[in-house]
Amino acid sequence: MLKITDLHANINGKEILRGINLEIKAGEVHAIMGPNGSGKSTLASVIAGKEDFEVTEGSVVLNGEDLSEFAPEVRAHKGVFLSFQYPIEIPGVTVTNFIKTAINETRKAQGLEELPAKEMLQLIREKADLLEIDRKFLSRSLNEGFSGGEKKRNEIFQMAMLEPQLAILDETDSGLDIDALKVVANGVNKLKSEKNAVLLITHYQRLLDYIVPDFVHVLYNGKIVKSGGKELAYELEEKGYDWLK
Amino acid sequence: MELKEKLVSSFLAFENKGNIDLDSTVHAMRLKAIQNFEKEGFPTKRDEEWKYTSLNPLLKYDFSLFPNAEKSVGFKNVESYLINDIESYTLIFIDGVFSSFLSETTHEDCDVCVLSSALARPKYKMVIDNYLNTIANKNNSLSELNTAFVKEGAYINIPKNTIVPKPIQIINFSTGSEKEVLLQPRNLIVVGENSHVQIIERHQNLSKNTTLTNSVTEIFVHKRAIVDYYKIQNDTNESSLIDSTFISQKQQSVASVSTFSFGGKITRNNLEFYHEGENITSNLNGISILNEKQHVDNHTLVDHKSPNCESHELYKGIYADKSVGVFNGKVIVRQAAQKTNAFQQNNSILIDDGATINSKPQLEIFADDVKCSHGCTIGQLDESALFYMQSRGIPKKEAKALLLYAFANDVVEKIKIPQLKALISKLIAKKLNVQLGFEL
Repeated sequence: MLKITDLHANINGKEILRGINLEIKAGEVHAIMGPNGSGKSTLASVIAGKEDFEVTEGSVVLNGEDLSEFAPEVRAHKGVFLSFQYPIEIPGVTVTNFIKTAINETRKAQGLEELPAKEMLQLIREKADLLEIDRKFLSRSLNEGFSGGEKKRNEIFQMAMLEPQLAILDETDSGLDIDALKVVANGVNKLKSEKNAVLLITHYQRLLDYIVPDFVHVLYNGKIVKSGGKELAYELEEKGYDWLK
Repeated sequence: MELKEKLVSSFLAFENKGNIDLDSTVHAMRLKAIQNFEKEGFPTKRDEEWKYTSLNPLLKYDFSLFPNAEKSVGFKNVESYLINDIESYTLIFIDGVFSSFLSETTHEDCDVCVLSSALARPKYKMVIDNYLNTIANKNNSLSELNTAFVKEGAYINIPKNTIVPKPIQIINFSTGSEKEVLLQPRNLIVVGENSHVQIIERHQNLSKNTTLTNSVTEIFVHKRAIVDYYKIQNDTNESSLIDSTFISQKQQSVASVSTFSFGGKITRNNLEFYHEGENITSNLNGISILNEKQHVDNHTLVDHKSPNCESHELYKGIYADKSVGVFNGKVIVRQAAQKTNAFQQNNSILIDDGATINSKPQLEIFADDVKCSHGCTIGQLDESALFYMQSRGIPKKEAKALLLYAFANDVVEKIKIPQLKALISKLIAKKLNVQLGFEL
């Protein structure tokens, strides 16, 4: 589904990604771990199409299609979803209106009719229940004054609504207490299928107890220095990253 | 001939036209006003109050001062500028001349009619003498210019204990019957004790010709009366407007003025509130959304003279291309005005590098037991918010519009007439060039 080949990316002339190779197949869960500054969030942003980064070499191919020339919204329409480490506050736009707009713009891009209001409402309720989100929460301004846990839960709620093919969860576990982590992980697990894939980006092995990866990759200094099964995460937890340098 | 000379030399001809048999006090008022205008002339950028707005680009035109009204204007031509889906009284002026054919006036429970007849008829003399030109700022030479040629406009007199059942629309059209035209409407609005009225004012050029409107409105709000006043400024790029609105409030009254500026070449709004009693509330709201080389200057004054009053001021601006915004919000809290609550907020977003906002809060506080605050922010569209929205599939253009919509929305929310709120939302969407699938 996703094939990243020799990916190099700069920000303000500084090279952050130095030749990433990664292949993710449908139905798989991959985790990328690594110390601070290793390029984890950059990789997530580059896949999602953030314009601050300049791709200098290599490619990101989704379902056989090179994404490099596509704007972030086009990538979203093609099935890429990025759950932000720090979701942005948008005063004056409610959670409901935001997700309605996102859904309908995506449908429009896919040549579909807008979702009828009734069906939309039903879908919103269903997914809100899945993430144990209070209905009142949906009429609040997006992320404004949300706690860290509420923001992350809201990210996964949006993911549930948009049903992406490739979900990239950037540090979704940070700022979550254990109960919230369970709710979020449970949500992700329920959404997982043979047709989609998840890329987890995390510092700690903790999240991987709840969302079990098929593969774990260690990112260091802009390169994947080691790949393995889920046991690699435990090894990292035990030994730290120093032995890989 | 320069515009000032032309105006001064036309004054006698205007007075001698004698088509209205006027009371001598009105003649005296006009004479005094033209003398003041002759002395002061048009304001220049040297004048502190006009530092950021130059009238020079307008003064070069050879304005026709007494245009011929275009007679062939029918309802079809003006319909789209009226709010049609509500019952309302309408006062429609075509090139400065009242159109009884297009208007709907009343004398039933209140007077919703025209100033020319109020000036001419003895029946109205007392109201005219008591109110006309009593709060218009005499230091404002443009207001004086309007007074010198005072003749036509809305005359609205609501007796006490009257809730006017439907909003009143005052619309001044210009038809382009002359190449360049100067219009000077004058509105007088008196709202009696415990009464309530909603008014919508609009100026609209129906042609591509040049129009300058120098409008003056005086509003008197008596005890416990409520006035909601809305100004829609969405005129063509050939049209400029100088609007001076003066409001005098008695105790426990509530007066709200909302100004929506989306169009026009140069727009200057002088909005002044004077408190004459306790427990008064004044609300000043505004949205400016400008592009190209549009220029809007909001100059406001709230003069707190008595204790226990409040004022709430919220102006938002979105400036694109080479547009220019000016906000000058003056709040005076005089020594007697203890326990005043005065809040002022001006938020601006500059979309393009060439856009400008000059924002100047001006608080003069002479009382010690007061709560006054002012806030001023100038920002750009938040790039990280745009990326966030795009990453959820919302295209950049829609994402921008959604952010701007949300930015302006708390002012739109204050509109109390639903049909007007819908119209303003529509105008904003049009101005931002997007279609959103829902109302915020």
